[in-house]
Amino acid sequence: MATPTLTRPAPSTTTANNPKFRQPRKKLTVGRIAAIVVAAFIAVLWLIPFAWATATAFKTETDAAAPDVTWLPPSGFTSEAFVKVFQDGNIPLWTWNSLYTSAAITAITLVISALVAYALSRIDFRGKKVLMTVIIASIIIPPPVLIIPLFYQMLALNLIDTSWAIILPQVIHPAMVFVLKKFFDQIPRELEEAAVMDGASRLRIFTQIILPLSRPILAAVAIFVFIGAWNNFLWPFIATNDGNLLTLPVGLQTIKSAYGIQYAQNMASALLAALPLIVVFLFFQRQIIKGVATTGLAGT
Amino acid sequence: MSTSTLSRPRPETLRKPGSRSRSNVSGWAFATPFLVFFLVFLVWPILYGFYMSLTGKSLTGANDSLIGFANYAEALADGDMWRSLGNTLYFTVISTVPLVLVALVMAALLNVGLPAQWLWRLSYFAPYLLASTVVSLFFTWMYNPQLGLINEFLTGIGLPRVAWLNDPNVAMWAIVIATLWWTVGFNFLLYLAAMQNIPAQHYEAASLDGAGAWRQFFSITLPQLTPTTVMIVLLQILASLKIFDQVYQMTAGGPGGSTRPVVQYIFETGFTGYRLGYSAAISYIFFGLIVVISVMQFVITRRRSA
Repeated sequence: MATPTLTRPAPSTTTANNPKFRQPRKKLTVGRIAAIVVAAFIAVLWLIPFAWATATAFKTETDAAAPDVTWLPPSGFTSEAFVKVFQDGNIPLWTWNSLYTSAAITAITLVISALVAYALSRIDFRGKKVLMTVIIASIIIPPPVLIIPLFYQMLALNLIDTSWAIILPQVIHPAMVFVLKKFFDQIPRELEEAAVMDGASRLRIFTQIILPLSRPILAAVAIFVFIGAWNNFLWPFIATNDGNLLTLPVGLQTIKSAYGIQYAQNMASALLAALPLIVVFLFFQRQIIKGVATTGLAGT
Repeated sequence: MSTSTLSRPRPETLRKPGSRSRSNVSGWAFATPFLVFFLVFLVWPILYGFYMSLTGKSLTGANDSLIGFANYAEALADGDMWRSLGNTLYFTVISTVPLVLVALVMAALLNVGLPAQWLWRLSYFAPYLLASTVVSLFFTWMYNPQLGLINEFLTGIGLPRVAWLNDPNVAMWAIVIATLWWTVGFNFLLYLAAMQNIPAQHYEAASLDGAGAWRQFFSITLPQLTPTTVMIVLLQILASLKIFDQVYQMTAGGPGGSTRPVVQYIFETGFTGYRLGYSAAISYIFFGLIVVISVMQFVITRRRSA
């Protein structure tokens, strides 16, 4: 049960620009050199799968499948595999499907979670304790347990093979409700009192005072939910058979059988699928790392 | 349950005098959008799943009638169910240890104050951003017995080739290695954040007393990290128990069922065998296991913090 996390102060000081971040210019002692060597060794190990996939993707299929395993292919590097994959057209389609379903999931999750979190944080209403208990308890439910009844339900609602079947069941993140509630709890009430005196409605206070002050946590939750939705495999795999609706992770699963032993094309597809989030990460590294560290301990 | 959260002195609630009933209305109004999704896509399926587990429901529509706990009785006598449950537990045990230890080592190395922090964080964390299918494609290719990079390296240093994904004794370890590469970056970030929250004064005082880096790590860093370690281990166990994607994609549960996890067995009985009722019953047995483990963890963490 993830509840103990909720009472724990979220680690909010992760970024490099934080003043508490200890990075003194120490002398290069033996210990520090050893640390650099070990860290570099792990980093190289961790980069090898990317490097090998890249090397393979830029080979001809013949070189990729040659029994002589080399980094540098005899017939040189070529972008053949990428051209073939693009001509095929599946990767762009799947990327688009992943993008809009993940964006919809993130948007709906943020709106409904922030609204209920505000009620739990600020409004004193009957049944609040029960509601809170039920939401906390639901954190324990593992998504794989839901696949059978959810599939049957989608079948009954006639949503199988629509994007809604992919989107709707993924918008419930009880743990994120609590991450948001905890953040709202820390916003000083004095900020709202003036607005209350002026007779502002709750909705106005929420949208004009609370939400603007909560941008960091909203970004953190959005990042967490988006990455999860973008990479989710099991549910989208079950919810659609329609080739036009496949998301990237599910689509990629089909290429293994379609391309057979086309190793260069397999790796080119995998790299193209990996690219969007890696590029986004390069640009927003600080926010993403902070977002994951803030929301991560609340459970997935 | 979450008494720690609920019994906290509640912050004074903003409220105009005499507006109790208005608060009731607006409170539930703010909760409604979430509640609708919550009830339709979480509460209803979890209840309906239990009902399904008591029926002979199948995708072919053969038998919708209630059959009591017959599915559960069948599952408890089903060797394949136990085997898949055993595989899931085996994976959880052998994956959690490296996923926590390697993350700790990575974070500790960076916490020494290495230059170019972003570079290390990028290389350790980047795999976490990949979809499971990308990871599976990468590793299936590297594990290839004849053309794979790993066997090429092994033969290069004079070791025999390994049939990574085709040898029942090795396949689960091959999946653990791929999983370690894929998700350790997440635990690493949590550790790094926690380490950076340890007040610098602790280290300054220890330095004055002449404690070296090793001494400081074991007598300050590790003890300060204990709550974080407990949480990371717990979250990792719960995450590992849900193993499905990589296995399904890399070995399809093989060879000979030696890697098939319980989630895959649920999936197969439901969607390949069309036995939704039976599949729902196995889901509930799995759910029961998760609840038992969660409650155990809750009791342990409660006792720790008490």
